[in-house]
Amino acid sequence: MVLSKIEGKQIGIKDSLKIDQDFDSIIAPYRTRLEEDMNTVLSYAPETYSKRDGHLNTAIGNLMAEIVFKEGNYIFNKRTNKNIDAVLLNHGGIRSIISKGNITTETAFQVMPFENSIVVVALKGQQMDSMMTYLSYAKRAHPIEGITLTLDKNYKISEALIQGKPIIKDKTYYLATNDYLYNGGDRMRFFKPNDSVYYLDYKIRNAMIDYFKKVDTINPKIDNRFTQTK
Amino acid sequence: MKRKTFIQQSTAGIALVTLGGFGFQSCNANVKTKKITILHTNDVHSHIDAFGPDDARNANQGGVARRATLVEAIRNENPNTLLLDAGDIFQGTPYFNYYGGELEFKLMSKMKYDAATIGNHDFDNGIDGLYAQLPHASFKFLSANYDFKNTVMDTQVKPYHVFIKEGLKIGVFGLGIKLEGLVGKKMYKETDYLDPIEIATDMSRILKEDEQCDLIICLSHLGYHYSKNPDRVSDLVLAKSTKNIDLIIGGHTHTFLPKPTVAQNNEGKNVLVNQVGCYGINLGKIDFYFDSENNKTADGTSIIV
Repeated sequence: MVLSKIEGKQIGIKDSLKIDQDFDSIIAPYRTRLEEDMNTVLSYAPETYSKRDGHLNTAIGNLMAEIVFKEGNYIFNKRTNKNIDAVLLNHGGIRSIISKGNITTETAFQVMPFENSIVVVALKGQQMDSMMTYLSYAKRAHPIEGITLTLDKNYKISEALIQGKPIIKDKTYYLATNDYLYNGGDRMRFFKPNDSVYYLDYKIRNAMIDYFKKVDTINPKIDNRFTQTK
Repeated sequence: MKRKTFIQQSTAGIALVTLGGFGFQSCNANVKTKKITILHTNDVHSHIDAFGPDDARNANQGGVARRATLVEAIRNENPNTLLLDAGDIFQGTPYFNYYGGELEFKLMSKMKYDAATIGNHDFDNGIDGLYAQLPHASFKFLSANYDFKNTVMDTQVKPYHVFIKEGLKIGVFGLGIKLEGLVGKKMYKETDYLDPIEIATDMSRILKEDEQCDLIICLSHLGYHYSKNPDRVSDLVLAKSTKNIDLIIGGHTHTFLPKPTVAQNNEGKNVLVNQVGCYGINLGKIDFYFDSENNKTADGTSIIV
């Protein structure tokens, strides 16, 4: 036999297709159990937020970094009397948009399905410089907080600040991230070696749920924390 | 020399067919034609249910129970159908957090998936978490460039499988993405990653020469293409670096293509590369038509996308 013709296309799975009842009845008990937990309304989103909206920083990424900063620091400060200086997460770790409307427990699962937890790493100024270099090479809107990074038109660093101040080589900074990145995820290799590491045993998703419970309406914005001057 | 002609279907509903100046086969009543249909998904990421009506991007799209209806209708039309998945079955909805992938595998088995390859997120509960769900999967796992011999997955995954439909041999092999830097070492443990191009070169030779396949399909979780790093191994790099592969079904990059890509292999022959986004929003459908050799009237294969 000889291959004579190939026809290729894709077919959308639309709601005009009938639901196969055999399949749905298998799913139903699993779904019922989930819905009990997932439908609780926690907060409200006045707009739709996507990680695709923004060049080097996004509203949803800034929200994630703020959540890790605020909720993480509450635990970190209680345990150590120290404070988090900066937060670094990864753009790829934002797994869903936040749709305009009610924010539920399920929203937190959609945006952060992974079981990753917050880790605070004590890093010297030199390693913070390596992190800035990483961010300048990555050219991606990795969520950050406490960091101001400005790149020139060739993606070279023109300014890099922590808490609004230039990085001091020998100073110790407390950088919050998650265990996936700490262990080298997304090729982030500047976390090791370090002075010390604090495992908060606090899942990012739970930090989101705790934050949403406290905030009636979220209002994240794109700002100047990570920008490129043209 | 076999020449494949690429015909672009520009207007919906009108199939333009021109073949080398000879008559089109279907005009000849004596010609025996066989049709193989390949259905595929990728990066479904535990999206069992359709998106809700309030979702800002994908409202009311997807859903396994709707996909099942579509797949059954296509199978009724052509029983010579294979259903394949290009990996990242797991992770993305609470179904995975709560049940660990059990329901995903049960539903894929009931839908009669024939084979899947393994994506990076299929390691999200560790290689032990993947292994634990295997009793719920009646389809094959194919990966040629992950060496699992020092892991619990040893013997559970085959590099390739030859499916036989209406006497035609369809060779399918799997390729996975580099795990280091993407998945925690403690999750994938002693899984060895082998060079996808070298492995694909071996696989396509084995499937073509030793297994005498009529059709060769690669199920890939390498990613479609990396525009910022175009030399990084991807489906487009794979297509141009190998030969004898007819179709690359991709995943990982969640790429929504307006239509399947027609790429050229290292012999200048056409390779179809397709990926259907993510979350079970689309089903890919590729139909391969075969004619008996002595009825060969046209020079080459037409591709209509």
